[in-house]
Amino acid sequence: MADLSTNFLGIKSPNPFWLASAPPTDKAYNVERAFKAGWGGVVWKTLGEEGPPVVNVNGPRYGAIHGPDRRLLGFNNIELITDRPLEVNLREMTEVKKTWPDRALIASIMVPCEEQAWKAILPLVEATGADGIELNFGCPHGMSERGMGSAVGQVPEYIEMVVRWCKQYTRMPVITKLTPNIADIRKPARAANAGGTDAVSLINTINSIVSVDLDNFAPVPSIDGRGSHGGYCGPAVKPIALNMVAEIARDGETRGLPISGIGGITTWRDAAEYIALGCGNVQVCTAAMTYGFKIVQEMISGLSDWMDSRGFKTIEDFRGLAVPNVSDWQYLNLNYITKARIDQDLCIKCGRCYIACEDTSHQAITSMVDGARHFEVIDEECVGCNLCVNVCPVDNCISMVPMTAGVDPRTKQPIKPDYANWTTHPNNPMAKVAAE
Amino acid sequence: MGSIDSAIRDVRTGRLPAEDYADVFSDLHPPLTRHEAFVESDRCYFCYDAPCMNACPTGIDIPLFIREINADNPTGSAKTILSENILGGMCARVCPTETLCEQACVREIAEGKPVKIGLLQRYATDHLMANGKHPFQRAEPSGKSVAVVGAGPAGLSAAHRLAMRGHDVTIFEARPKAGGLNEYGIAAYKTPDDFAQKELDFILEIGGITIQNDKALGRDVSLDALHAGFDAVFLGIGLPSVNELGLEGEDAAGCIDAVDYISVLRQSDDLSEIAVGRDVVVIGGGMTAIDVAVQTKLLGAENVIIAYRRGPEHMNASAFEQELALKNGVIIRHWLQPRELTRNEHGEVCGITLDYTAITDGRLSVTGESITLASDQIFKAIGQAPAATLLAEAGIALSRGRISVDEEGRTSIPGIWAGGDCVADGEDLTVAAVQDGKIAAESIHRALMQKPEKVAGFVEAVMADNARATDSAHKPSHPRHVAG
Repeated sequence: MADLSTNFLGIKSPNPFWLASAPPTDKAYNVERAFKAGWGGVVWKTLGEEGPPVVNVNGPRYGAIHGPDRRLLGFNNIELITDRPLEVNLREMTEVKKTWPDRALIASIMVPCEEQAWKAILPLVEATGADGIELNFGCPHGMSERGMGSAVGQVPEYIEMVVRWCKQYTRMPVITKLTPNIADIRKPARAANAGGTDAVSLINTINSIVSVDLDNFAPVPSIDGRGSHGGYCGPAVKPIALNMVAEIARDGETRGLPISGIGGITTWRDAAEYIALGCGNVQVCTAAMTYGFKIVQEMISGLSDWMDSRGFKTIEDFRGLAVPNVSDWQYLNLNYITKARIDQDLCIKCGRCYIACEDTSHQAITSMVDGARHFEVIDEECVGCNLCVNVCPVDNCISMVPMTAGVDPRTKQPIKPDYANWTTHPNNPMAKVAAE
Repeated sequence: MGSIDSAIRDVRTGRLPAEDYADVFSDLHPPLTRHEAFVESDRCYFCYDAPCMNACPTGIDIPLFIREINADNPTGSAKTILSENILGGMCARVCPTETLCEQACVREIAEGKPVKIGLLQRYATDHLMANGKHPFQRAEPSGKSVAVVGAGPAGLSAAHRLAMRGHDVTIFEARPKAGGLNEYGIAAYKTPDDFAQKELDFILEIGGITIQNDKALGRDVSLDALHAGFDAVFLGIGLPSVNELGLEGEDAAGCIDAVDYISVLRQSDDLSEIAVGRDVVVIGGGMTAIDVAVQTKLLGAENVIIAYRRGPEHMNASAFEQELALKNGVIIRHWLQPRELTRNEHGEVCGITLDYTAITDGRLSVTGESITLASDQIFKAIGQAPAATLLAEAGIALSRGRISVDEEGRTSIPGIWAGGDCVADGEDLTVAAVQDGKIAAESIHRALMQKPEKVAGFVEAVMADNARATDSAHKPSHPRHVAG
């Protein structure tokens, strides 16, 4: 059986599944239940300064996008950082870490962008025995209006400054949590790196309005007829997060910087994909908030069984294997030619491939052959776009088959076995090498 | 089985505890809840040139109405359905979907589990009928009048479409109530809560339709008079008589016409008053045979046997209907053909002898073996017959006793159209009758207005509505002064 244990920045945990800083990690009661269920670590819900804690709205805090069977596809929240006094959280963290020494316990922190504020809180956190800290530069609502959270995460100079303070005032490893509400994720990651961060974690939630109530024309969730943008998360954000993780993993400046992957992780497979893109571990929130802590059992068994089937003995064996295969568009092989193939034995004749291709793409699929309903790819028209594969309701009914020799029936050009990309293409006015 | 010699037939009312009747005859398929409708509608693939749609005799745009349900617009969904089939509510309940749309569904091919189109159609139409106003409006009055004979599915469908086109319609119905087989013929558990009359009321909301009940063609009104008195006539008279077994004594007590029995049952306010035998034999293999067998079983008959002269694959009743009978404890015996009725000293039927049959050299013949079944009631359900004499006297061209019509429902007599079970090559389905009525109505409309006009589908209807809305928006708010 595969070894799922991880050593992230020297912080050991029995598996790569941590709970992200959020309501599930707000107090000892929840965290102990999580550890009993098998979670490898938690990032305690964000601590603020000493003094009167923040207050939350008393109306709805969450909104969601559902599928027809009420499956939760996307989730958003307008909750703030912990609304419990700092000393209560610190006391509980101390107790929990003492009881669960083999699990990772990270403190998420958000205090004003002043050196003194960070200098004051760090020793208090360190005293709890916490394994590390995570800097919350991501919270997109409420706290950002007060100059914290994503208000910091959107300014690389602030990130670098705060990270430096933290590295100066604590011996604990520093994880910098990034906001996706920014044009180029590499900029804040580079800033954190320059400040000396030990790792980045991403993504935090995305600015969002999940829906508008058409009865009273208010955003959802609405509080007394008004709504505020919230942070979007859950399965819907995973593709956005994966791309941001990949951008950091392959960036010249941040390559090799440890990453804790966050964003829509719901099953073992999601986790494996993040790890394949270089993440040392993953953080989960929405899936736990939807199904409870027990889901970690599926994640553990799924990841373990998949690793066994692939012969990976440890997480490190496959971590980052997908990173070299993430490329800029310009380096994709333009000589690689595929055509869609419809397996007529599997085809149920719904015609979705046909109408998608006919109405919106390349008119490359038949609907009738010899007077009978029949869907078949016309190679002379097929550009290999994969739309039919994606709209087909039957698994593996349509597949993209590479052509390795002969002539492309569409372009009438010979199929070349060698690799050639846009940088050398004759149509590229910026081509580095003149075409022969 | 009771003794055949028994002089006392065990035919009784009130076989069930009084409180059980309502439960036993409750809805065969409970309606979908809103959530169930979302989940089920999400299974639809919104196929291109959808096979289900092509399998629907009325051509309802099934993928569109299902998508409208999925998008939480059941009212729009119902309009899509009703624009092609004004009896979409009843058809959702009684259509043999397993041999029509649901058989064609690609998910039937893929996984043997078609989208539940019938139940979704019921969800949408129930919603509109419970919450909405009548979704269609009459055109400007045409000044033309049309007589419709028979207030069954074909007649009601024709009447509604004609009224919508602006014509005045008078329906002549032989029975005391309108609805035809929907009211008198279909099993009670398929249409509980007086649905046939509710749907009738809904259809009549369009306006311009008058129904004269207890007016039978040939008895109270003549075809000549209708032909002379109206601009057009539509015949939707169904099949008023029942095929006979051709056995001696079949008019005796205990040998019952299944259609009549079902109609009495349907009209009953108190099912405990319907007399039912302990041992029941039903002769036939169609929907009526199943309907009477299941209902006598539900009324408390101990042994109900359907005897059919061919095999299960030859039965007109669909596989689903056969299964329904079996689930209710009815026994279906194949390859048995009636030979002789047994009567007791009172002359009442108390048993039946049936010959075993087989197909030899491609022909059905008796094998020489036979069986005698005790029976307190024998139901005849071997098909219904047209009003042959009436039609022959009227001089309308017939084909195998039924009215010959062209693809628009025109009979051999100009000005007279026909549709539903009374026409040749009919499918004996409610939904087919609705389509006949709709097509004939459009043909009548074209003939009366003397202009070719295509049947408007959903898209055309919406575009026409939009055009009207645009027109009125551009019109000045005060009336124009017209010189003259």
